[in-house]
Amino acid sequence: MPDEILSVEHLTVSLHGRVILDDVSFALRRGEFTGLIGSNGVGKTTLLRAILGLQPYEAGTISVNGEPRRRHHAAIGYVPQKIALDSDVPLRVVDFVTLGLDAERWGLRRRSAAQRARVTDMLEAVGASHLASKRLSELSGGEQQRVFIAHALVREPHVLLLDEPLANLDPRNVQEIVALLHRLARDHDVAILLSAHEMNALLPVMDRVVYLTGGHCASGPTSEVVRTDVLSALYGHHVDVVQIHGRVFVIAEPNDATDDLPEHPTLTVH
Amino acid sequence: MNWLFAPGLFTSAPVHTALALGTVSATVCAVVGVFTILRGASFAGHALTDVAATGGAGSVLVGVSPLTGFLSGALVGAGAIGTTRGRGGHQQEVATGIVLSVATGLSALFLYLNATTSAATGVTQRVLFGSLFSASSSEILPTLLVGALALLLTGVIARPLVLSSLSVELARARGVRVALIGGAFLLTMAVAVGLSALTSGSLLSTALLIGPAAAAVRCTSRLSHALLLALTFGIGCTWLGIVLSYDSYNWMPKNQSLPVSFFIVVAIVVVYGVCTVGSTRGRRV
Repeated sequence: MPDEILSVEHLTVSLHGRVILDDVSFALRRGEFTGLIGSNGVGKTTLLRAILGLQPYEAGTISVNGEPRRRHHAAIGYVPQKIALDSDVPLRVVDFVTLGLDAERWGLRRRSAAQRARVTDMLEAVGASHLASKRLSELSGGEQQRVFIAHALVREPHVLLLDEPLANLDPRNVQEIVALLHRLARDHDVAILLSAHEMNALLPVMDRVVYLTGGHCASGPTSEVVRTDVLSALYGHHVDVVQIHGRVFVIAEPNDATDDLPEHPTLTVH
Repeated sequence: MNWLFAPGLFTSAPVHTALALGTVSATVCAVVGVFTILRGASFAGHALTDVAATGGAGSVLVGVSPLTGFLSGALVGAGAIGTTRGRGGHQQEVATGIVLSVATGLSALFLYLNATTSAATGVTQRVLFGSLFSASSSEILPTLLVGALALLLTGVIARPLVLSSLSVELARARGVRVALIGGAFLLTMAVAVGLSALTSGSLLSTALLIGPAAAAVRCTSRLSHALLLALTFGIGCTWLGIVLSYDSYNWMPKNQSLPVSFFIVVAIVVVYGVCTVGSTRGRRV
């Protein structure tokens, strides 16, 4: 398919004898914002780690630009879930973003004017220019996410993976980060895959969704995936997808095969 | 200036040797110390100083130089700690503590044997608290070479070291061989510890490894500035310690100098205190 930058096909991953991901397939396209949605523990981080080459898998293929993914592919940028920083860490924001250029290289190196300009431009692109001289450990949650995104994008990757970047943010910061990522995807022609357990914040900008549950996934345009028939097939039992005031609710009925039925249907909010 | 520079200070051969060894030691400790703090590895650094004591105490028994003894002990300790690193968190700290306990026990044994079987005197004092004025000038060149190698290695691994110190996950995603970088840094830390034990004894060498660096990171948010400040503090405190120890010969009733390590540690504590007070008032370099 045109502009397809990353392809995951029939991926199967097991951990400690348990199948976490079973026959997962999807593709990312340049300039598109894809949500990786699923509840806690469903395998979102495992999937991201497999794409990064940090998690071995039993079956399937992962391709970047049509070629088998090499470990530590330079075309893939990554923002981890959280980085705990000691208050005394002597590192400024601008230094951390600069580190994103070539942190894995050995030796000391003076930065060229072009590299310094690239760092300045990236800080401006994420709205963090005013934070350049600030100590990294003194940033708020939302500010940290902007800086981590700049660190990942400064190398101009084709794909940007983000592991639950919205988890510890207040609603306003969630909106700002989502809008920022949407703009960056368009402006820098980057394929973004953002994992979250709550999809409502992403609905306004999400082009596609990869919906994970029980080790299986449904992927495609949001309107085609977040539907009663699709998610019912994915869950293996009937669920209702309801939209109320712009928010999506997935209402799951108890499994008829179990003897121990709860009194009320299980409600899963996304 | 005789109140600070006592007569004979600048012409004393032991002072020259002490200044040379102390400068190299303080330089390596300053650079490695900043990265030690960055990695949150102060406990491992402290453990290494105690293991270095084992080497220092053992060096007298087997007849090798104190530098060789301290370095060997620290390197063995680094190897032992390095093998436990993969466990992470609580298990890692427990394993480091066990290594430290074994080393301390062996130090006690070697010091006892030195006291009861060896003709050498003052071994315990030298090993635990240092005796820079009794160091041989023949130690200067090997100290300089070992220190230069440690600084070179730190420079080579600096960038992946910083990233892996901030986030192991992010470093792995970027292709950094985290275990290799961690092992290489343990080596540099072992060298720094070995050199600082030579200067201020194994018990107080943590101060030289951590103190100047800790003071520096209070003052600045720039890594390059932190390194420069740590160098300034470390070398300055070491030189001041040597000068005051030499001067103290004239202070004491029995004409006996107070240990260099004592003055170095006091100077470091003062510097750290000033930097801490200054940082809480919002000053940054």
